[in-house]
Amino acid sequence: MKLLSFKGGVHPADNKNITADIPIKNAQMCSEYIYPLSQHIGAPCTPCVAVGDRVLRGQVIADSDAFVSAPVHSAVSGTVKAITPHLVHNGATVNSIIIENDFLEESVDFKGKSFEEATCEDIIASVRAAGIVGMGGAGFPTHVKLTVPKNTKIDTIIVNGAECEPYLTSDYRVMLESPELIVDGLRLAMKAVGVKSGKIAVEANKPEGIKALGMAAKGYDGIEVCPLKTKYPQGSEKHIIYAVTSREVKSGCLPSSAGVIVINIDTAVAIANAVLFGMPLLRRIVTVSGRAIKNPGNFSVKCGTPVSELINQAGGFKAEPAKILGGGPMMGFALKTTDVPVTKGVSAILSLDSSEAPIFDESPCIRCGKCMPACPMRLAPMLLNKAVSEGDLDKAQELNIMDCIECGACAYACPAKRHLTQSCRLGKASLRARKENK
Amino acid sequence: MKLFVSPSPHVTDNISVQKIMLDVIIALLFPLAGGTALLGIRALTVTAVSVLAAVASEYIWCRVTHSKNSTRDLSAVVTGILLALCCPVNIPLWMVAVGSVFAIIIVKQCFGGIGKNFMNPALCARAFMLASFPAFMTDWQISSGLNSKIDAITSATPLTESTYSISDLFFGRIPGCIGELSALLILVGALYLLIKRVITLRIPVSFLATFAVFVWIMGENPLYHLLSGGLMLGAFFMATDYTTSPVSKTGHIVFGVGCGIITGLIRIFGSYPEGVTYAILVMNALVPFIDKVTLPKKFGAEVRR
Repeated sequence: MKLLSFKGGVHPADNKNITADIPIKNAQMCSEYIYPLSQHIGAPCTPCVAVGDRVLRGQVIADSDAFVSAPVHSAVSGTVKAITPHLVHNGATVNSIIIENDFLEESVDFKGKSFEEATCEDIIASVRAAGIVGMGGAGFPTHVKLTVPKNTKIDTIIVNGAECEPYLTSDYRVMLESPELIVDGLRLAMKAVGVKSGKIAVEANKPEGIKALGMAAKGYDGIEVCPLKTKYPQGSEKHIIYAVTSREVKSGCLPSSAGVIVINIDTAVAIANAVLFGMPLLRRIVTVSGRAIKNPGNFSVKCGTPVSELINQAGGFKAEPAKILGGGPMMGFALKTTDVPVTKGVSAILSLDSSEAPIFDESPCIRCGKCMPACPMRLAPMLLNKAVSEGDLDKAQELNIMDCIECGACAYACPAKRHLTQSCRLGKASLRARKENK
Repeated sequence: MKLFVSPSPHVTDNISVQKIMLDVIIALLFPLAGGTALLGIRALTVTAVSVLAAVASEYIWCRVTHSKNSTRDLSAVVTGILLALCCPVNIPLWMVAVGSVFAIIIVKQCFGGIGKNFMNPALCARAFMLASFPAFMTDWQISSGLNSKIDAITSATPLTESTYSISDLFFGRIPGCIGELSALLILVGALYLLIKRVITLRIPVSFLATFAVFVWIMGENPLYHLLSGGLMLGAFFMATDYTTSPVSKTGHIVFGVGCGIITGLIRIFGSYPEGVTYAILVMNALVPFIDKVTLPKKFGAEVRR
């Protein structure tokens, strides 16, 4: 079978063998759950409960009137202990609702609709009510993605099963354990948008996943499983679109301009759970891995669980971690403390020792050019790095710095260990600030 | 528990500047070994002096300018070996040392150190030595080694005196500079670099192919020209220098073609028997311009359906 792909990219060691064969285990409940009011792109929510209120599992505890936003639900029944700023995994401090668990697991009523019964409006309303955001990590509210403006024509929905970050196996296990839910979620999304063609794109390093999805999709017209070449960053939205449809999303535009909508594997599952079973987004599958953790595995974690709690349930550390990451090693965030919650966008907790995540000093650029074939956006990272470090923002803009997707492939490939990705981030932020100040 | 916090990415490829330089040094050992066998032990002495002078001058520069010692990246060692390979075996040791110091201090360090020079240090030093010590740089008398049996005339290399056969040129039974004798060993070294992905075929092939076509059109024997003089060494080891060649794939091709044409022009119409040195140096100077016009179009620049 021909493997689809894009030009560029790098091949980091995937280290998925540590957790690929470990079935998803439910994380045990703990005493306190932390719910940041913003776990998504868009307007932050405002609380609709007060300190001292009793909440049920599945109850909305914060919501927003804005279109680009998503409600937050409590994953346990209990009492609102506090509403206070709390550190989150990406280093920001966000106002959060702290719930004290009463361990009674009392839920609200969950009511679903069958596939045939659910109309387009039902599906989109359910998706919003369930607080579903992109589970690939970006956290874009899914109901906004599925609400297509009238002048845009969509012809394909792609389910992103690339999972190109090393160590991560959460999406893979979902493929093996709930492939029918993925297909159902895709079919619901296709119905909501009015699209006949659905593709589930999976990297070739997950042959069992491809097989399971192929069997689950059998019999459904218009749904195809597409194997992809194993490469980082194959899971990047623009690049999976290119691999599957050979279309390049125009610079500065959304995927919908290319007639495509992309959703993550777990987002598809969340859509199916929301529409068919009335379940809001209460849990996240998290890969706990790295050489420093005692019992690595894949956990079904209730949203709001502190990372420290999750690490304890994975046996704690067997070696001193050099870095603990929220997310994958290419784009994840280094945690400065484990006292942060697992939110909707946290796909992995990696405890890496110093051999896995060595720290290097930067040395001067030798113009070897290895960053250029690595860049999936066909930019020249070393020239961008030079422009940003010289403060030449105009040059950086000319060199298309705003098209950088911050995937980290350039810095991965650099022999001089230069902080290429970080200088692109700085340059982009400086240009944005400059634009705002004008 | 002390956690390190830094921005992503948190993993890097198993590659470093030092590893790359080490690979180049290993690749250069092949032509060096050939030069030593064919011309005698003095070839090694010249190389040793050149390397020592290069490393010492870089180290002293770093001390004097209070900068971090950069000799660990081994780029000075590479420059030292390359320069020695461009010298005749009888070059007085102090001359090659002077050339080495020139390469490091003037061509590299004065412009900002590794990655900031705009001309190939070893090649620029060779041009400097050719201008400063012309007689010594063109004295190819052989007194020991396998080639001492060749009746060598002082100023003759295969380029000025074509009494040598193609196989003489390929195996190195000719007079010439230490590293430029055996095309075979240069190719072995180049193959090592290709396997280790230090260089790609783009620059060498576009260089050599353009040159061959050019001299063939001018009515000369392309194979003879290809195997003579510093062309092989230049195409695989000098023109492919990262810092002084363009960054993009298209840029590499343009660079190679330019080198090929200029070398051809100098060899056929110029009064120098050698042409590679100046061809590469001229193209080095054009690299900023080549970079500007050959950057690839970004992803999403035009709607492709």
